[in-house]
Formats: sequence, structure tokens, C-alpha cells
Amino acid sequence: MRVLRAAFEPIGRSTLALLEYLGGLALLLWDGVWWMVVGPLRGKGRIRREESFFQMRRLGIDSLGIVALVIFFVGVILAFQMAYVLKTLGVTEYVANITGVAMTREMAPLLVAMVMTGFSGAAITAEIGTMVVSEEVLALETSALNPVRFLVVPRVLASMVIMPFVSLVATYIGIAGGFFVGNALLGIEAEKYLSRTLDSLKYKDIFTGLVKAEAFGVLVALIACHEGFHVTGGAEGVGRATTNAVVRSIVAIIVCDALFTAFFYYFL
Amino acid sequence: MTPPSTEARARGSRRTDEVVIEVKDLHVAFDGRPVLAGVDLRVYRGETLVIMGGSGCGKSTLLRTMIGALRPNRGKVVLLGKDLHALDEDGLDALRKRFGILFQSGALYNSMTVGENVALPLREHTSLDEAIIRIMVKMKLELVGLRDFESLVPSQISGGMRKRVGLARALALDPEIIFYDEPGAGLDPVVAGVIDKLIADLSRKLGVTSIVVTHEMGSAFRVADRMVMLYEGRVVAEGPPEAIRATADPLVRQFIHGEPDGPIPLRRSKTDYAEDLLA
Repeated sequence: MRVLRAAFEPIGRSTLALLEYLGGLALLLWDGVWWMVVGPLRGKGRIRREESFFQMRRLGIDSLGIVALVIFFVGVILAFQMAYVLKTLGVTEYVANITGVAMTREMAPLLVAMVMTGFSGAAITAEIGTMVVSEEVLALETSALNPVRFLVVPRVLASMVIMPFVSLVATYIGIAGGFFVGNALLGIEAEKYLSRTLDSLKYKDIFTGLVKAEAFGVLVALIACHEGFHVTGGAEGVGRATTNAVVRSIVAIIVCDALFTAFFYYFL
Repeated sequence: MTPPSTEARARGSRRTDEVVIEVKDLHVAFDGRPVLAGVDLRVYRGETLVIMGGSGCGKSTLLRTMIGALRPNRGKVVLLGKDLHALDEDGLDALRKRFGILFQSGALYNSMTVGENVALPLREHTSLDEAIIRIMVKMKLELVGLRDFESLVPSQISGGMRKRVGLARALALDPEIIFYDEPGAGLDPVVAGVIDKLIADLSRKLGVTSIVVTHEMGSAFRVADRMVMLYEGRVVAEGPPEAIRATADPLVRQFIHGEPDGPIPLRRSKTDYAEDLLA
């Protein structure tokens, strides 16, 4: 009996903790959506438009440089790895097809989400966490300013708007990385490379990529806000929460990606 | 209950007999450890009530429960005629616009300028014209003597100034009650004195009810119309400043004179020392 207990108790406990965490995220999402749609309609408080634009710039535009750098090299790597296999089959030019599809459907949204997690997710957690520690969040609440409307809505909204855009830009740059390898190093003619890329891409590829980007965008912002609000214990707590935000976001993105990919594979 | 003291009346206290806050049999516990163990308290409109006590006596918890940030395990808080913890979010928000809080560190929004901090409640909760809001911000900042600092951000001003801006922000919606959480903490004596003077001025000029939570006795005696001492989660003394100062109660005497020896023990451990060592 005691052995059984020792074996199953930790499993039960971590399952409960996970469910509680997911419940917390779901509640925050619900609250966020409420303040995005229902609240403003009922005149309970408008969406902070300026703050949302500011967050869009911070989350999206400011991260474009690093996103471009990373995704270009991912395109380069992808093209080389594909060429390594395809060369033996004598169909090196298929590098164009594969890079195009993989970038659009998978690599661009995934890598943009990863960069965003480190770039802006961590910053959001640190910012909100510091506000909790310095009683700013309590000050908002006691001034009848809902912290979800005030802090979560602009960040999640900005992330929702900007992620598909950044992902689209990243797709182009990633394909450019593949093109660079294919054209300059593997000797595939430019026209052939481009027409192969375009021919192999369907609208649904672009659509699924954008859906993923949107979902990841919400996840990153939501988890970052959630971690920020749950900071306890001063500066040390802020540091811990920031680490948690990054780790949990990465896990959430990968799991979510796997689910989406399987779904799209079978149903689209 | 007790009429305003002669000292308080001399200072121009505007205390009336209307009860604005009533705390009844308040119990709050964290993880089963009781912090407030049955606090009863009344605050009258226009008075300045000082809640004093050592660190860990529960005064911050009492403050937080009184502003609706913490939920009591038992008892209730009636604030401006409403049972605070029975209100829904909308009712609570309506009530929150009628009181202001000066937080210990000022709690200014660091991403906004001083002016924007003060303007925020006005922008969010009123439909006033931007031009009028700008004038009101100047007026509130003038009250705390910082009109020229409107365009600076909180990181550019000193701790004392941040508190004064926090006070200006708390005053933005012309609240009926202001809560002060350790107004003198971390300030040099002159700045702390300035804050005390502001508290007294606001109460006298605007008739605001003030609740000041502090452990700094100089400041407490300067601003109080009435004082309450909290010890181990209970009210152990209550009265006008002169009565508190003249009290024979050894507990209160030890606290207001800051004596190391007395009924307030240095050691907080409840277990037996020898037993603990041998365990």
C-alpha cells in the first residue's frame, strides 16, 4: 500500500498542479477576451489603444531584426540538410519545394514564437512581476482599474495582431535563406528555384502557418502575463517567474505545435 | 464614542459623528496562522486615525483588508455604508473611486510620467475634457508642491517626491477617505515631516478622513486625532494622543517609548529553547 502510494502520489500531485495551471491560464484568457470584447461593448472600459500600439512595436517590430537573422540561417541549414539527402537521389532542385513548404507551414511560426518567448515573453513577465512587487498592480486594482484590461489586453492583443505579420515576414526571409544556398551554392537556377517554391505552396499551407502563428502569439503573451501576476517574494521572485515564463512557453508552444500539425495533416 | 481631543480641536480637526468605516470582529489568517484575531474599529468622518503597532502586529493586513485587497476569514468591514466583502466587482469599483491610498513606496506607474500618473484616474473614470484634466493635474501636484515635475518619470525623482506624487494621484478623484501605508517609511526626517504636514493639511483643508498606518511615533503623534494600537492581531489601546501618551499600560508605554524591555518580548519563538536544542 505504502509503495503504491509513494509511486502514485507524485503523479497525482503534478497532474493536479498542471490542471490548476491550465485552469489559471484559461481563466486569464477568458478574462482577457471579456475585456477585449464584452467590456468595451458594455462601456465598462475601453481598450487602451495607444498602449496596444506601443506593445505591438515592442513585441513585433523591435524583434524583427533578430527574427530575420535567425530565420535566414534556419533557411540556410534547412536547404543544406535537404540537399544532403536529395543529392543522393539526384533531385537536388527539390530543395526549393521542401524549404518553401517547411518554412511556411512550420519553421517560420515556430521560430518566431521561440524568439518572441525570449525576446518579449520574458520582458512582459519581468515588467508585470515588478509591478506586482512594487504594489503597482494593487494600486491599479484599488483605483478601480482592472489589471487584466490594463495590462493583459494590450499585450495579448498586440501579440495576436503582430505575430502573423512577423511570421509572414519570417517566411519570406527563411525562403530567401534557402534560395541563397540553392542558387548560389548548389547551382539551382533562380527562376527554377522560385517557380518550384511557388508551385509547391498551396493557400492552405500559408493559412495553417498563420493559424499557428496566431495561437503561439496568444500563448506567449498569456503565459508571460500569468507568470508575472503570480510573482511572490521580491526581486528573486521576478527572476524565477521570468525563467518559468520562458520554459513554460517553450513547452506549451511545442505541444501546441504538435497538436496543430497532426490536426492539419489529417483534416486539411 | 470619544469626542475629538482638545489637542485635535486646536489643530482644527473636522471630525463628525458619522461612522465611515466600521470593522467588526475581523479575523484574517494566512495558512492557518492568525494575523488578525478579532479587530473592532470605527472611523469617523473627518478624523485622522492612526493605527500603530510593531512589525508583524497585523497593521498592514488590517489596511489591506479594509481596502478590499484581502478577504477576511471572519467578520466584516463596512466602508461608506457598504459591506465591502459582500460587494460584486462593479459595486467594489464604484466604492474604490471614493477612497484613495498612498502606498508605502508610492507605487507610481513607472512607465508613465508624473503628470500621467495623476491624470490616469481622471482619464479613466471621468469624461472630463483633456484641457480640464491638465488643469486638475496641475492643481493636485501643487497641493503636494511638485507642479514643476509633471513631465519627469518616477525613476527621475526621489523617494520622498514619489510618495508626494502618489498622494497627488490618490487625491485625483477627490476621495472621501485616504489610507496611508507607512507614510514616513524610508524618508529622511525633513521629508517625513513634510508628508505629515500634508496629511494634516488635507484633513483640515479638505475635510478628508485619514487612516494612517505607521510605527513611527513622532509622526503618529503629529497627525493623529485618535490612535489605535494593534498587538498580536488585536486592538490593545485606543484613545486621543494625549491619553495614549499618558497611559499607564506597560505595553503601550514600551511601544511609544521604544524600550527594549517590557511586555513585548524580543524572542518570538513559542517552543522551549532547551527542548528544541535537544530534539
